[in-house]
Amino acid sequence: MNWILTPLEVRPDHRNRIGPKAYALSLLAREGFNIPDTLFLTVEGYNEFVNAAGLRERILLELNRKKFKDMRWEEIWDCATRIRHIFLKKQITGPLQSYLTEKIQSHFSGKALAIRSSAPDEDASGSSFAGLHESFVNVRGTSSILDHIRLVWTSLWSDAALLYRQEIGLDVEKSAMAVVLQETVTGDRSGVVFSQNPNDETQVMIESVYGLNQGLVDGIIEPDRWVLDRDKKTVLSHKPAQREHWMIPSEHGVEMASLPEDLAGRPPLSSEEALGICDLAYRAEALFKAPQDVEWTIKNDTMCVLQSRPITTLSPGQTEDKRAWYLSLHRSVGNLTALRTTIEETLIPEMIKTAKDLMEQDITVLSDGELADEVRRRWKINQHWVNTYWEEFIPYAHGVRLFGQYYNDAMRPDDPYEFMNLLTQTKMVSLERNQMMEELASMVREDRQLFERLKAGEPLGPDLEFGEKVNQFIEKFGDLSCAVTGGIECATDTRPLFKLLLEMAVNPSSWSSRKKPKDALALQQRFLERFQGPKRKEAEELLDLARSSYRLRDDDNIYLGKIEAQMLSAVKEAKSRVECSERRGTHKSELDDLKSVIHDLDYGNRKRELTVSSNEYGFKVNPRQLVGQPAGPGLSRGKARVIRHHLDLQDFKSAEILVCDSVDPNMTFVIPLAAGVIERRGGMLIHGAIIAREYGLPCVTGIPDATFLIQTGDDVTVDGFLGIVTISQKDR
Amino acid sequence: MTHYKAIKKQIRELLINQKLGVLSTHHSGQPYASLIAFVGKEDLREIYFVTPRTTRKFENLSVDSRVAILINSSLNMDSDFHEAVSVTALGNAGEMNGAEKDEILGLYLTKHPYLEVFATSPTCAVVGVTIKTYVMVRNFQHVMELHIDQ
Repeated sequence: MNWILTPLEVRPDHRNRIGPKAYALSLLAREGFNIPDTLFLTVEGYNEFVNAAGLRERILLELNRKKFKDMRWEEIWDCATRIRHIFLKKQITGPLQSYLTEKIQSHFSGKALAIRSSAPDEDASGSSFAGLHESFVNVRGTSSILDHIRLVWTSLWSDAALLYRQEIGLDVEKSAMAVVLQETVTGDRSGVVFSQNPNDETQVMIESVYGLNQGLVDGIIEPDRWVLDRDKKTVLSHKPAQREHWMIPSEHGVEMASLPEDLAGRPPLSSEEALGICDLAYRAEALFKAPQDVEWTIKNDTMCVLQSRPITTLSPGQTEDKRAWYLSLHRSVGNLTALRTTIEETLIPEMIKTAKDLMEQDITVLSDGELADEVRRRWKINQHWVNTYWEEFIPYAHGVRLFGQYYNDAMRPDDPYEFMNLLTQTKMVSLERNQMMEELASMVREDRQLFERLKAGEPLGPDLEFGEKVNQFIEKFGDLSCAVTGGIECATDTRPLFKLLLEMAVNPSSWSSRKKPKDALALQQRFLERFQGPKRKEAEELLDLARSSYRLRDDDNIYLGKIEAQMLSAVKEAKSRVECSERRGTHKSELDDLKSVIHDLDYGNRKRELTVSSNEYGFKVNPRQLVGQPAGPGLSRGKARVIRHHLDLQDFKSAEILVCDSVDPNMTFVIPLAAGVIERRGGMLIHGAIIAREYGLPCVTGIPDATFLIQTGDDVTVDGFLGIVTISQKDR
Repeated sequence: MTHYKAIKKQIRELLINQKLGVLSTHHSGQPYASLIAFVGKEDLREIYFVTPRTTRKFENLSVDSRVAILINSSLNMDSDFHEAVSVTALGNAGEMNGAEKDEILGLYLTKHPYLEVFATSPTCAVVGVTIKTYVMVRNFQHVMELHIDQ
């Protein structure tokens, strides 16, 4: 099999074998454009690899755990992570390895290569895949080159690529990938030219940076920008950049470095050179008969074309597809580090202060009119923080994913989630809360009189130490009354808290005796030992970022919950005044405002009822074994406690299996009592999974209709290794 | 579509589209599996097959009528692991007689016309299995049960 083609060997009927990017390069080469020394690895090479390694069905098994449309993005990320890991663990072997080794060594003679994706289905869709598949620059050594070819192949199955293919209607199961192998040209200046400015068809636009193109393409180095008149071929404007950095080749790949002062002071292109690049764009446009986006680099004043692709323009009325959004799910280290500073130094302290200020305000002294205004004000405050949560906190969760990929690339562990062991056992607010509950439960356990008083629902009595500790707990975390009810009808006292404390007192948590994750310290040492010099620092920083991201994934909800609780306390006061007035049969006009604010904000109507479909007479459906995502390793069996409403939480008994739609951190105080966790919402990084791992509990997430199919009292087995839940039918 | 309707539909399609299944019986506790050509009733309540009375399977089910039948859509390809649907039907078997037997034989030969000589032989019995439960497996490990009150 001819798995490799040179640009001049390519014929029109090879287009589907090498993909559009490679095909365009072959045409450029034929037309005399200066392109780097290049070989194309055809899709047959990819197919040979996946078939020989038995990967095709493994990939499809992963993708078919459940319907793709039913998967949340986080589940798709998990799925993509597992597929990527399969590619990482399988070497290119046999005839393909011998063939590629011989071709690479004889053709490139040890030169560093750029390895780029070229997927044929990009052609079929007519859509832009720019940025969705991976490319690597400056890869040296045959073994490393083969390794990076696999990484390019696996980018076919990244979460962003999967979502995008799904959106534009491509058959994911038929996807394949060709690869462009190019000599790395270490240009001193690089850039991109749009033969037609996407925002103005009368213009040409050029962006240029010093060094290699990666910083510009990845959006981390600001380029100088020239706009030219398409017809007159004159420079209309030049917008200089803050030239501070450039991308240069490093030992393995590329790195960002400070730009030398003499370069920082002058633009990377002269006006004449900009006009020359404009000419290049015109020639490419003439060749491909469509406006082009051309990547180029200049080395020692010689221009080299790296790739040319059509500019994807939108027809009138056509809205932007979601490619940009899918790409935005992946954040760079720089972006996440900046986000971390904002979150840790500004947003979290502000949230804590906001909750404290609201708590200290005595709303009982407000007039009815003032209270209505206060409810509105608190609603706005809460809404502001909910928005902040989505815009700042959710993207920050990507820090864990970024680290996961970095760790897996470096360590190639058997378990693609081994990296989580470095993140667990961190100090989280929910764990601190649960620890405090354990201490309170311990006091109840040791004091029989206190135990009996709580059980009988009597006042606390003279036990000052316990009362004081309860007050400290309530001050810090609330009395769980709102958490237990989901904030709809906060209980009027500390009953929910005491009920749980009694259960914990009778059934001490076996958390401490449960199996701990691998020794995180030893694992950390092994991980960091893989790196030297600046790479070591990068690994340390990324680990630190991931730990912060992991911790905040949970903590932010606790803080958000505190603000929401204060909003709800104002709503509760408003409702109580309205009800009181209605009972007395009195009417005050100020109350109309209170009624209206309660109605407008729609409190009291937020309960979600599950629709249970009835079975036809004589037939009955029962689940036996449900497949989800493995989210916490381990195996456990117990009675299910299905949480359909938050109130169900207060009945939670020790050693039960928590079954819920989605755990939020304000619910996780029952986890120390649980023997396992089953959640409808899927993903390794959702709160239920995070807290389950902290306690070493088996956890399966992403079971569609979990709270509908499983009933409280069912005997269930949670297989956290395989992501399978088995339901015993004995009691049905 | 509800779980219930989707499951019934998938089982019905499997019974219509598949010609062969694997019947499980036992002899003194020793399991015995054999291939059968079957036909299923539209309402899913019964599955029928034809067998000579001299076979082990007929001998076994004459002693213990409890049987299981495995029917699946696999094509002996890798893709079976994520695409195939498999159903195990659990129930009680018994020989059909009289007018009911003739009616079932008509149904059976509509599906398996090439078995006419075999099925109408006086040495063959038409066996009906009254189904209590279908256990359906898809997506490799997703298992749902459909129970039928008879």
